[in-house]
Amino acid sequence: MSADMSGAASRANGWTVAEARDALRKGEVTAVDLTMACLTAIDAGDGLNAFVHKTPELALEQARAADARLAGGDAPAMCGIPVGVKDLFAVKGVPTQAGSNILRGFRPEYDSTVTAKLWGAGAVCLGKLNMDEFAMGSSNESSCYGPAVNPWKVDDRQLTPGGSSGGSAAAVAADLCLAALGTDTGGSIRQPAAFCGITGIKPTYGRVSRWGIVAYASSLDQAGPMTRTVRDAAIVLEAMAGHDPKDSTSAELAVPDFEAALTGDIRGKKIGIPREYRLDGMPTEIAALWDRGMDMMRDAGAEIVDISLPHTKYALPTYYVIAPAEASSNLARYDGVRYGHRAKLAQGDGITEMYEKTRAEGFGPEVQRRIMAGTYVLSAGFYDAYYNRARKVRALIKRDFELAFAAGIDAILAPATPSSAFGLGEQGGADPVEMYLNDVFTVTLNLAGLPGVAVPVGLDAKGLPLGLQLIGRPWEEADLLNHAYVLERAAGFVAKPGKWW
Amino acid sequence: MLDLTYTAPTPKVIAGAKHDWELVIGMEIHAQVSSNAKLFSGASTTFGAEPNANVAFVDAAMPGMLPVINDFCVEQAVRTGLGLKAQINLFSAFDRKNYFYPDLPQGYQISQLYHPIVGEGEVLVELSPGVARLVRIERIHLEQDAGKSIHDMDPAMSFVDLNRTGVALMEIVSRPDIRGPEEAAAYVAKLRQILRYLGTCDGNMQNGNLRADVNVSVCRPGQYEKYQETQDFSHLGTRCEIKNMNSMRFIQLAIDYEARRQIAILEDGGKVDQETRLYDPDKNETRSMRSKEEAFDYRYFPDPDLLPLEIEQAWVDDIAARMPELPDAKKARFMGAFGLTDYDASVLTADLESAGFFESVAQGRDGKTAANWVINELFGRLNKVGLSIADSPVSAAQLGGMLDLLASGEITGKMAKDLFEILWTEGGDPAEHAAKHGMKAVTDTAEIERALDALIAANPEQVEKARVNAKLAGWFTGQVLKATGGKANPAVVNAMVAQKLGL
Repeated sequence: MSADMSGAASRANGWTVAEARDALRKGEVTAVDLTMACLTAIDAGDGLNAFVHKTPELALEQARAADARLAGGDAPAMCGIPVGVKDLFAVKGVPTQAGSNILRGFRPEYDSTVTAKLWGAGAVCLGKLNMDEFAMGSSNESSCYGPAVNPWKVDDRQLTPGGSSGGSAAAVAADLCLAALGTDTGGSIRQPAAFCGITGIKPTYGRVSRWGIVAYASSLDQAGPMTRTVRDAAIVLEAMAGHDPKDSTSAELAVPDFEAALTGDIRGKKIGIPREYRLDGMPTEIAALWDRGMDMMRDAGAEIVDISLPHTKYALPTYYVIAPAEASSNLARYDGVRYGHRAKLAQGDGITEMYEKTRAEGFGPEVQRRIMAGTYVLSAGFYDAYYNRARKVRALIKRDFELAFAAGIDAILAPATPSSAFGLGEQGGADPVEMYLNDVFTVTLNLAGLPGVAVPVGLDAKGLPLGLQLIGRPWEEADLLNHAYVLERAAGFVAKPGKWW
Repeated sequence: MLDLTYTAPTPKVIAGAKHDWELVIGMEIHAQVSSNAKLFSGASTTFGAEPNANVAFVDAAMPGMLPVINDFCVEQAVRTGLGLKAQINLFSAFDRKNYFYPDLPQGYQISQLYHPIVGEGEVLVELSPGVARLVRIERIHLEQDAGKSIHDMDPAMSFVDLNRTGVALMEIVSRPDIRGPEEAAAYVAKLRQILRYLGTCDGNMQNGNLRADVNVSVCRPGQYEKYQETQDFSHLGTRCEIKNMNSMRFIQLAIDYEARRQIAILEDGGKVDQETRLYDPDKNETRSMRSKEEAFDYRYFPDPDLLPLEIEQAWVDDIAARMPELPDAKKARFMGAFGLTDYDASVLTADLESAGFFESVAQGRDGKTAANWVINELFGRLNKVGLSIADSPVSAAQLGGMLDLLASGEITGKMAKDLFEILWTEGGDPAEHAAKHGMKAVTDTAEIERALDALIAANPEQVEKARVNAKLAGWFTGQVLKATGGKANPAVVNAMVAQKLGL
């Protein structure tokens, strides 16, 4: 930390992106000071196991360059803003392992489109963030680095930050960075955001380039920001988004000014409440939170409308056919031939033994389970019964949403998670499906390709954060963020985890 | 244009120990698309580069890499489809064919199983003048080539070269309409000719740019006709697929071997197993690779990294409007416009370079004479020294200039052959050479007349003989030509001999 750094700047790691941006432009703080504050917090936050590869040298180099740009008056919004990057994004020269042993030692020769855009805009890379292996998990426990830990703690138990972007959520909630990059295939941004009391948005499929992001399930994966406020989400998303000719599934659409859309005015908007999301046995706290959310939207002048999304109950099984199917193929490239881990072979072992040993050693049990499930549903004789049927159901789920939006609904309000954060080691030990149920409110959007945002709305009786989810029309992230902004302001969620780490 | 009609050839019949058998053959041709870049990456397709020099991140399947379709490869596939008079599918899609192998970095090949870009078409395969087989094309799809595994460089290690990984291939699938080894070779040759005319594949079989998988089965005479009536494959025998053939000669030998192998099994009361086989040219036999039942389950599914390929009819029309003249049309035109025989027209249209050379020689000249000189003198000479038409020492303009001297009677046929020799070795202008070497036909009839009169006067017996038998008048022509040192025009001399002898 520079000697002349003010007391305020030493706590700048806790600022919002918007605050930091404004202070940087006014010259009240330097990018180097801001970065030093984050690096100090990161080093002090090792107990959270959020950062798995720290990049202090790269960060300071980028911060100095950002300061030069700021001095020159050429400063995009992200210039000088220190961010953490989920280990799924390729960052040139920096270990990129997707939380897996099979990519041990892998340092890509390229940056993902998203990170390249951020660095191009002057953002500062603090390091790589913990995650479930290949983004498969809802608790961060499948990570090869061991789980990240939720900074929220109400008793002697360590809690999950959620997953798969658990490291990202924990780092933002614990003020280790101003914002983090996450990815969301079935809820991997929104669920950890809700568990850690922060904001996370999964954009419309095709809004953000997937190039350079390690693939889990290609037709579902989408990157998005995880931040402390809705405004920050708008700022970071704008820097991440945009058409990329290197990703054939990226949309050729202009990126709107998301921040400018945050007017706080949703008068006359129709908010859909899907009756199928009111699950049997839903905790009363979740139901009450949802009701409070409806009141907040109603008080802001929106109309609350009861809607039906009849195929919701098929979403989870559909997801757990399609995602593993694509994953089984996407992960075939991790074979020990070109990069990453290769097993030591015995005398006489051939190529088959090399594949088997390498993949058995390199992939953890959850990844192996999904590869096997995916291989099974794509195999001859089962393809129609599973994969093809799932594709058809997926179309029906998408149509449910289309009909709701066609009927005039502007946004859909639902819980983000069926519970608050649970203890590490408490779920999925005996039955993996228990863990899969965490995605029940989130997977539908991925199947439909829609944007969704999780916003912290309150604390449960234990004192843990709970979030609500807003679902928007395709490509209408600006409008969706404005709805989230209204919810955020009405909820007035300002609680922070007490520092125990 | 001449409308050529053909009769179908009779199928090859192999006499077994017990009865006759017919062959039924279908082929899958893998043709490397002529393009600078690979199907889904910007890496170069240049043959013969250092190992792993032409490899993009996506070809090496680095984490997070995504394929982006090369539009030019799509255009080439469409052009090929149009050249085979095939249905162009405006909607097609890419699927993943999953299997593990070190030279397949992604762990899957991107191909088009469910929705190929080209549907049904046809190829007319001429076997001899007036005889041709119409082979139906089932489909053409685009797919990625694999890399190369090298197992014989080190006793313990295998090496992988990814230069070819991801290069675009067209898989051209025929119906089982080919009925013998010669037809199979002719089919490959015709397809290769069309692809080269189109510029969509260089057809280089040695480099593996054109490879064939050959499906062979045998049946009793009459069964194939039942299949054609019903399109019901149960009338045909069980087929075996001979993989990866890249020589016309080996294709024929392999089919013949395989047919006889199957016949022997069947006549022995056995059953042919459907399987994939490899041809061993050293032993001239096919060997089982693996049984199809045990084969990999490829777990095809639509590639989620690629949107369906949707193309516009207007774009297809634009490609169609820019199509070159294809071999069948060119041959018919040569026969009609230049009066060539079927055989000569076939020879001259075998490839674009020969056809182009001939056409510039024949333009404004007598087509048959031009064809004779191009085929007999020039091609004969080129073949002898192993040169291609592109490297011909005699240009079309030179040969044409020489033919002009011949046609106008300025030089004789014999002089023309000498002049051709000079042009071949020295090059230069034909007229200048003719002048320099004193090549000038005697067209002065007075000189010929003097020589002839002297001969008649000196040889009364010969005159009598010729008057009795007109054929013997040729003696006088020969003597006059000799007397004038080969410079007289034989036709002029002939006419004068006939006139003087009153024949």
